[in-house]
Amino acid sequence: MSYNWNWSIFFEPSPEGVGTYLNMLLIGLRWTLVTALFSWIMALVLGSLVGVLRTLPSKRAQRFGFAYVELFRNIPLLVQMFLWFFVLPEVVPRQVGLLLKQMPGAPFYTAVVCLGFYTSARVAEQVRAGVGSLGRGQRMAGTALGLTTGQVYRYVLLPMAFRIMLPPLTSEFLNNIKNTSVALTIGLLELTARARAMQEFSFQVFEAFTAATLIYLAVNVVVVTLMRVLERSVRVPGFIMGK
Amino acid sequence: MFSNFDWDVIARSLPYLFLDGMTFTLMLTALATAGGVVIGTLIAMMRLGGLPVLPWMAAGYVNVIRSLPLVLVIFWFYFLVPYIGQWVTGASRPVQVGAFTSSLVTFTLFEAAYFAEIMRAGIQSIPNGQVAAGYALGLTYWQVMANVVLPQAFRNMIPVLLTQTIILFQDTSLVYVLSITDFLGAASKVAQRDGRLVEMYLFAAAVYFVMSFAASSLVRRLQARIAIVR
Repeated sequence: MSYNWNWSIFFEPSPEGVGTYLNMLLIGLRWTLVTALFSWIMALVLGSLVGVLRTLPSKRAQRFGFAYVELFRNIPLLVQMFLWFFVLPEVVPRQVGLLLKQMPGAPFYTAVVCLGFYTSARVAEQVRAGVGSLGRGQRMAGTALGLTTGQVYRYVLLPMAFRIMLPPLTSEFLNNIKNTSVALTIGLLELTARARAMQEFSFQVFEAFTAATLIYLAVNVVVVTLMRVLERSVRVPGFIMGK
Repeated sequence: MFSNFDWDVIARSLPYLFLDGMTFTLMLTALATAGGVVIGTLIAMMRLGGLPVLPWMAAGYVNVIRSLPLVLVIFWFYFLVPYIGQWVTGASRPVQVGAFTSSLVTFTLFEAAYFAEIMRAGIQSIPNGQVAAGYALGLTYWQVMANVVLPQAFRNMIPVLLTQTIILFQDTSLVYVLSITDFLGAASKVAQRDGRLVEMYLFAAAVYFVMSFAASSLVRRLQARIAIVR
C-alpha cells in the first residue's frame, strides 16, 4: 500500500497553536461529551413529558404526543440541524434573528437544542413502551387507592417504567453521542470534525480516523459499563431485570 | 413571516431536485438496502453458526460499526475505498472511485451491521426443532437455511427491516459531508446559489417528512396485518 504511516504525528504540534494533535482530538472529545450530555438532559425531560402524554386517557394529549414524535422522527437529523441553524434566525422577528446569528457558540447551542428535540422523540417512544408494559392493574390499583393521576405516575408507574427502560435508554444515549457528529455540518468542532481537520492539516488520514474510532469505542465501553452499574444499583428484587 | 417567501425558487428547481437529487437518494437507499440485507444475513449466519473464529469476527464487526457515528464511517470509507480498489485490482496506485460507488460501499457495509442484528433476531425466532427436523431429513446446512429458516426469519422481520430502510433513507442525507448531490445536497446547492436557504430547507424537510411518514404508516399497517395472520 502506497501510504506513509506516521504514528508519532499525535505528538507533533497542531497548527491551531495550542498543544499537539492528540490534544486537539481530546478537546474534540470534550465537545462531543458536553453536547451529548446537555442534549440528553433536555431529551430526557421533554421525552418523559411527551411519552407520558401518549399514555394518558385524554385523546387530545395522545394526538399531540403522536404528532410530536412523528414530526421529529420523520425528518433527517441533518435537515433538522439546518432548520435550527439556518432557517430559524430568518423566520423569527428581525432583532431576535440577529441576536441568534451573532451569539458566540451558536453551533453548540443549536446542536444541543436540535439533538435535544430529536432524541426526545425517541425517548418518548421508550417511555410510552415502558409505561405500556406495566399492565393496567398497576394504574387501576393506584387509582383505587385514591391517588390522583399525577400521583399514580409519580409513585407507581414511572419508577418502574424507568427501570424497565434503562437498557433501551442506554442505547439511545449512545446514539445521542454518535449523533453529535452531525453537528460538524453547522461548525461544531467535535471529535469527528477535529479528526477530519487533523487529516486536512497533516495528511495522515488513517492515523487520525483510527484515533477517533478508538476514542468512540472507549466512550461506548465506559457508558455501557456505567449503565450496567446503574441498572444493578436500582434493581427491584423479584423482577426479571432484578436478578 | 412568509411575506417575502419565494415559492418560485422551488418550482424552478423541481426538475433538478427530483431528477438529480432524489434519484440519487432513492438509488442509494435501494441498493444499500439490498446489499446490506444480503451481507447482514451472511454476518448473522456467521455469528450463529458453530464454526470457530467466525462468530467472534462477526460480533466484532457489528459491535465496532455500531459504536461509530455514520459521519466518521463515511469519512473512513471515502479515503479507504481507493486503497481497497487498489488492493482488489492489483493496480499500482489508489483507484479513483466515483462519489456514488464510494457512498454505496459505505452505506452497504455500515447498514449491514444493523441488518445483521435484525436478521440474527429473525433467525433466533425460529424454533430449534425446525433446524433439527431439517437435518434429520438429510438437508445440508445451506438447504436448511435457504428453505426452512431464512424464509420465515425474513417474514417475521419484514416490519423491522422496512423501518431500518426508512432510517437508511434519512441517513443517506449525510452524504452531504462529501458534497454529493443527493436530494438534500441538491436543495442545499440551490439554496446557496440563490440565497434562498429558508425556502429550500423547509421544502426539503417537508419532502423528507411526507415520504418517511407515508412509508412508516404503511409499515404500521403491514405490521397489523402480519400480526393477524399469526
